[in-house]
Amino acid sequence: MKTKTDSSSSIRGDFRLIADIVQPGSRVLDIGCSDGTLLELLEKEKNVDGKGIEISPEGVNASVRRGLSVIQGDANTDLYDYPSDAFDYVILGQTLPAIHHPREILLELLRIGTHAIVSIPNAGYWRYRLHLLIQGRIPIQESDDTTWWSTANIHPCTIRDFVNLCKKDGHLILSGFQINSRGRAVKFLGTGSLANLFGAQAIFLLSRK
Amino acid sequence: MTQNLQPSSNDESSEPIVVASEPDKTIVVADTEPLVLSSGQNLGPITVAYRTWGKLNSNRSNAILVCHALTGDQHVLGPHPLTKRSGWWELMVGPGKVLDTDRYFIICSNVLGGCMGTTGPGSINPVTKKPFGTEFPLITIKDMVLTQALLIEKLGIEELFCVIGGSMGGMQALQWAADFPEKVFSVIPIAAAARHSAQNIAFHEVGRQAIMADPDWHGGEFLDKKVQPERGLAVARMAAHITYLSETALHKKFGRDLQDRSDLSYAFDADFQVESYLRYQGESFVNRFDANSYLYITRAMDYFDLAKEHGGVLSAAFQKSVSRFCLVSFTSDWLYPTAESREIVRALNAAAANVSFVEVDSDKGHDAFLLDEPDLFQILSGFLNGAARHQGIAAP
Repeated sequence: MKTKTDSSSSIRGDFRLIADIVQPGSRVLDIGCSDGTLLELLEKEKNVDGKGIEISPEGVNASVRRGLSVIQGDANTDLYDYPSDAFDYVILGQTLPAIHHPREILLELLRIGTHAIVSIPNAGYWRYRLHLLIQGRIPIQESDDTTWWSTANIHPCTIRDFVNLCKKDGHLILSGFQINSRGRAVKFLGTGSLANLFGAQAIFLLSRK
Repeated sequence: MTQNLQPSSNDESSEPIVVASEPDKTIVVADTEPLVLSSGQNLGPITVAYRTWGKLNSNRSNAILVCHALTGDQHVLGPHPLTKRSGWWELMVGPGKVLDTDRYFIICSNVLGGCMGTTGPGSINPVTKKPFGTEFPLITIKDMVLTQALLIEKLGIEELFCVIGGSMGGMQALQWAADFPEKVFSVIPIAAAARHSAQNIAFHEVGRQAIMADPDWHGGEFLDKKVQPERGLAVARMAAHITYLSETALHKKFGRDLQDRSDLSYAFDADFQVESYLRYQGESFVNRFDANSYLYITRAMDYFDLAKEHGGVLSAAFQKSVSRFCLVSFTSDWLYPTAESREIVRALNAAAANVSFVEVDSDKGHDAFLLDEPDLFQILSGFLNGAARHQGIAAP
């Protein structure tokens, strides 16, 4: 099973792409910023005014030690405190399936930010489909020792699921990228039905209508 | 606050009572016009006792104000003039330490109402030529900060690189951020709260009642009678001291171990080590602290409510803030629990302020901010290095 953590090059591809999307000097909130690698990259390359939220104490410690503004917090509860339009970009990397109420959180992202950059592990990726078809078991997108009862990804979704939700709630998809298992990012057009099969991950740049 | 968990055999109680001492430096502020206190009363001139370490750089951008807690003072580094012991934040301040004296100019002043050289209830009232006692006006955290601001001004510093403090020191740091947003580049409130909780007020009231119930308090005029309400002040300290620790910390340190005996005495001696330890804490405290200062400063903490000053909306206190904040709380701190820090973080987020927040895992209770907590040191170092980079302060 291809996993999120076993190909670090795909993580970097993910960050590289986000760093290319973000406009210089903008205000950025990275939700689930882990050890702050992406925020630091954005501060260095794009001179952004960056902030982060991270749930793990280790991640927060590592981020603050880098000199980043990061708070220990929970995306499920802590976004509501931010005023509207506080950020130019709100980044939600790989966390959406782990959120209790993903639909509400997407609405929050586009309330506090004029743009949202959302990356998702694509549950529609062909390997996952094959895994379910052949093995008859739920594909797990995290590490190998994670099981269906311990996965944090309680709301797995496919690229098509995500696109449909954006349509339903009126979020504008400015661009969408699929990232294959080697970490290569390819922009896709329309509803991304091919991307839904061949993208291990996807990254969306969203804005309000 | 505890300096460390000293064994109780190290008894200092035989030392003579000294209320005031020669501080390292003093400066007189509010001398041309008095300070208008929160209560509406005027106070001035005010003597401020302070100490500094390190060198102010040429563009005066590397000054850090350390704010001490309830029973702390300007002697961040020792030896303390009264106890001869080490300072209260030796672990944090010094060459190569988190508050690196090779890089920063560290200032710490005794708070308004204190008893280590700054004007307080033990000072001489210029009108009556006698110690103020309870004639001293009630002061607030805001008044303490106003006094510090006057000191900073006199020192020729326009902007502080950082205001840092734990507990009541953290309250002062928050007050600085709210009242002088343009004068603080970064703010570090540790184990603090934006208001004093009912539980905290309750504990303070116990302490104050213990002092005032001591016949030696003499309605606050004990200095005239050349006594101190030692028993009352010691009990106040003992009660407060318990709140600075945690159940785990007390259990780990003492358990039910007996003090200098093999069996229970079936009397009211200090059978248990924890009793002996608390008695020692109380007895040694009265040698270095003024009972009236304890009353006034605890009152100032009780009155602290940053939101109330801003129409009940805490985020309004930080609306103008451009400072970088780093808040730290401790898991076992039940006096200023993490929830209090989170509330401040929420308000700072609502004000779109620049904020970092970490809850450090520690079983040492509220006093953890004074103790050896590597996580705390690493976080603060990282934060300060980042801030120093933004402020262009050269590495040592």
